[in-house]
Amino acid sequence: MNKSWISPTIDQVGVEERVTRFNTRSVKKESKMQGMLLALNMIDLTTLEGKDTAGKVKQMCYKAMHLADDIEGLPTVAAVCVYPNHVKTAKKALQGSNVKIASVATAFPSGNSSRKIKLEDVKIAVTNGADEVDMVISRGEFLAGNYNFVFDEIAAIKEACGPARLKVILETGELSTLDNVRKASDIAIYAGADFIKTSTGKIQPAATMPVTLVMLQAIKDYYDESGIMIGMKPAGGISTSKQALQYLVMLYETLGEKWMTNEWFRFGASSLANDILLQLGKEKYGVYYSGDYISKD
Amino acid sequence: MQLEILKTYKLYIGGAFPRTESGRFYKLENNKKEVIANMCLSSRKDFRNAVVAARKAVEGWSGRAAFNRGQILYRIAEMLEGRKMQFIEELILQGATKANAEKEVRQAIDRCVYYSGWCDKYQPLFGSINPVATSHFNFSVPEPTGVVSVLADENSSLLGLVSVIMPIIVGGNTCVVLASETKPLCSITFAEVLATSDLPGGVVNILTGNSKELHTHFASHMDVNAVVYCRENVEEAKAIAELSSLNVKRSFFWQKDWTKTEHENPYLIMDLQEIKTTWHPIENIGVSGAKY
Amino acid sequence: MATTKNKIVKKSAPQVSSVKSVFQNYAPAPESSDHIQLKSQYDLFINGKFVKPLSKEYYDTINPATGKKIASVAKGNEKDIDAAVKSANKAFETWSKTAPKERAKYIYRIARMIQERAREFAVIETMNGGKSIRESRDIDVPLAANHFFYYAGWADKLEYAFPNRNPKPIGVAGQIIPWNFPLLMAAWKIAPALATGNTVVLKPAETTPLTALKLAEIIQESGLPDGVVNIVTGFGDCGAALVNHPQVNKIAFTGSTPVGKYIQKAIAGTSKKVTLELGGKAANIIFDDAPIDQAVEGIVNGIFFNQGHVCCAGSRLFIQENVAEKVIKKLKERMKTLIVGDPMDKNTDIGAINSQAQLDKINHYIKLGQKEGAEIFQPECSIPSHGFFCKPTLFIGTSQSHRIVQEEIFGPVLTIQTFRTIEEVIEKANNIPYGLSAGVWTDKGSKIFNLTSKLRVGVVWANTYNKFDPTSPFGGYKESGFGREGGVHGLLPYVKF
Repeated sequence: MNKSWISPTIDQVGVEERVTRFNTRSVKKESKMQGMLLALNMIDLTTLEGKDTAGKVKQMCYKAMHLADDIEGLPTVAAVCVYPNHVKTAKKALQGSNVKIASVATAFPSGNSSRKIKLEDVKIAVTNGADEVDMVISRGEFLAGNYNFVFDEIAAIKEACGPARLKVILETGELSTLDNVRKASDIAIYAGADFIKTSTGKIQPAATMPVTLVMLQAIKDYYDESGIMIGMKPAGGISTSKQALQYLVMLYETLGEKWMTNEWFRFGASSLANDILLQLGKEKYGVYYSGDYISKD
Repeated sequence: MQLEILKTYKLYIGGAFPRTESGRFYKLENNKKEVIANMCLSSRKDFRNAVVAARKAVEGWSGRAAFNRGQILYRIAEMLEGRKMQFIEELILQGATKANAEKEVRQAIDRCVYYSGWCDKYQPLFGSINPVATSHFNFSVPEPTGVVSVLADENSSLLGLVSVIMPIIVGGNTCVVLASETKPLCSITFAEVLATSDLPGGVVNILTGNSKELHTHFASHMDVNAVVYCRENVEEAKAIAELSSLNVKRSFFWQKDWTKTEHENPYLIMDLQEIKTTWHPIENIGVSGAKY
Repeated sequence: MATTKNKIVKKSAPQVSSVKSVFQNYAPAPESSDHIQLKSQYDLFINGKFVKPLSKEYYDTINPATGKKIASVAKGNEKDIDAAVKSANKAFETWSKTAPKERAKYIYRIARMIQERAREFAVIETMNGGKSIRESRDIDVPLAANHFFYYAGWADKLEYAFPNRNPKPIGVAGQIIPWNFPLLMAAWKIAPALATGNTVVLKPAETTPLTALKLAEIIQESGLPDGVVNIVTGFGDCGAALVNHPQVNKIAFTGSTPVGKYIQKAIAGTSKKVTLELGGKAANIIFDDAPIDQAVEGIVNGIFFNQGHVCCAGSRLFIQENVAEKVIKKLKERMKTLIVGDPMDKNTDIGAINSQAQLDKINHYIKLGQKEGAEIFQPECSIPSHGFFCKPTLFIGTSQSHRIVQEEIFGPVLTIQTFRTIEEVIEKANNIPYGLSAGVWTDKGSKIFNLTSKLRVGVVWANTYNKFDPTSPFGGYKESGFGREGGVHGLLPYVKF
């Protein structure tokens, strides 16, 4: 199946200009406070390292539930994101909370493996208790023009996910053009993705606003056509509360209020939470705050 | 003794040689008051018809490759050269000395050759690539203004005519020209040159007649984009400037001694050119800090 | 295709209470005006000094967002113009002989001083003209400074601009500018005039004199010799006196086509040179292979930029019929996110209409469009109860024969027509006496060049719209005027050979 005929072309400079406009929005006072709380609540707190251990995962899970207990009214993050072999640990650590468990799978991050192994990878994650599966597409096949392969692979993995929600990572940093980002978004959406996600975090650049905007517009077009909502997850490179607010402005003005919950929008990030906490600390204590007062788990 | 065949001078409109629709004429006399020819006394309706022909010809002429226009203008010079003797005779009939007549024809031929060469050269000199600060490719090119009405030099039968027509048509414009009233012969013979030199019909249209009667129409016609006035009548010039404002017509006053080579130059071409600027985005990787 | 869209077992993470309403309204984010220095009364700037008008009259200049008075401004008359022109004429003797390198340095200095006081200029521009602070801050003021900076550099390089010619200054330039870009238009006019060695009498628009007068303060501080730039505020009679003054050698006018025609007629029979930047009714053409989302953005920038008070606004939208429904739907949704209101708020997209008169004119056309039977769309947005505001407006299902399609409205009102073929749209785009600008949206390069060469306009934006730059010539074909401003071509109107 060749989707190129249906995906609209993208003008990169036009996308960047639109992004610049989002970034001139000035979010102040109560809107800013609410935006920051919402952003916290949208975070997929992530550790995806070769050196991940049970200890590290447990510490992160505690942080996910207790962002800063000295500040009242904070939400938890949306989910933690780990490798499949750490899902069980996380499941146990998060017991009793509403924090979801997302697991990367499908030979993350390169995706270079056989279909059989990828499906097995997904099944392990789901069996171990993952609520959400973050898969990677086969970028090599995509760039070689084998769109059918990419589509079928996503569809097969969606089936393997069962009740777990499927996030499809496009790894936009390897796709080279915004036209490809749009094309890959459409393939993923039509093949059954519940979420589309920019990046693994292992390739630079990771999430950017132009890339995210193009993906949001693909979601919008699909929604207009089918009435079905798809979620969006920019991942990697979003580390400040200011950036997070800019993404929320973009989300709001592109997809609207309906998407302004962690059911439909996530930030894949490891250090964003603490930067937001730094700002909230300033609001609470009235002085510019220090990282020494915020836990680093 | 064989009887001489006299030439009937008609108008040149849309590549054809019609008589004036009005049926009017005026007598052209030499300085001995002998009638040389009956010239068409063009009416405003002839002018209107000529503008229709000129408008129709704009798209095709301006759409020609610049190189092709250059070849056609050079062809005009060739044709002029071939009929040199006829022009010299006409100029003498209209009162010129032989030496001056020969000189004028020589200069007219040179002028055609000169402008022929400009057809594909003024664009890079007067166009530009503009280094804008945003991520866009931006360039400006000259484009023809469109239909130009011309009241040619009254005192120069051939050279004055050629010197204004050439810079106008070099750049893809078409024109309607009122020839010298007192020295009109060369204009119609020149029309015959044009008609045999691959110049598409309607690019140049030539009328003979009276400036006093026609100048206001040359300036007021709403489908004419520019007017060039090459005569010395101050009142006519002012009326032309005033009437041009009806449709923001570009008006130019070229009162020049056409025997001087300083009056052959690309700035005359540029008078009848508009500058068009085009913008297009350039994917400039890294502009917003976004790299992919 | 085996879509596995057996959608989602909905599982929600905990919600923060009331987060849903987070961005329904951005909190007010007013630009501070504390640091702005405004006098209660402004005089004329003649011969390097601020002088009382010989008319002895003043008028109120207001803030169109509130309707309230900001300051009194001198109402110059014929005698004031005469004094200004004489001062410019006198200054020309020395200024035209000033070493080009020195001329350049004065202009560079003015550019720098505008940059230093950019925020102040932006705030005053917004207060006096009604445009959003985002635009005056990000577009008008930086472009104005850049324009001075660009032309400064030309002053000592003019002989390279005109092959085989020796350019010389003309004399006194009488410059009349409109109210839609008050400071920027002053820069467009003054910078090339000074660079080429001319002197200036500038008449700002009657509703927006303040930034020009602020510019006068800068010019005074810059040490530019007295009389090189004179600024006379006033009404139409003041402009007419400038046009008709015998010692004015060049007229540069930006404004409406009827006034442009008046000027062209008025100077007939004189040796005055003239450039006219007049009205427009630009076609913005969307093909089915366009980058649709960016095209929608281009439509919005094309018509709603500066409340549509833009001579090159993309006010006639042509959409290829097979994508029309989709584009219109997206356009409507995009319009719902536009914020109309207090121009001083940093989040405002569409500010105040410049004057009551202009608002009346726009409303007249909105009524006319409805009377002509076109389908109207306006987003549901609140607009302030005071001041002059107009919702962004679409008219769908229009044709070339509608008056709202033929006439320049100069407001945030867009007419939409559909087309089938490229020949059809070229014909319709050119089927208007104006010829200032056009937009073309398609992914196909050869189609772009086909259109850009056939559209009879001075500026074509392909896959973009409403872009301006000091290096880029701007100006019209046909009844949109003649002469160019900006770039190397912008020098020609200010020199003689």
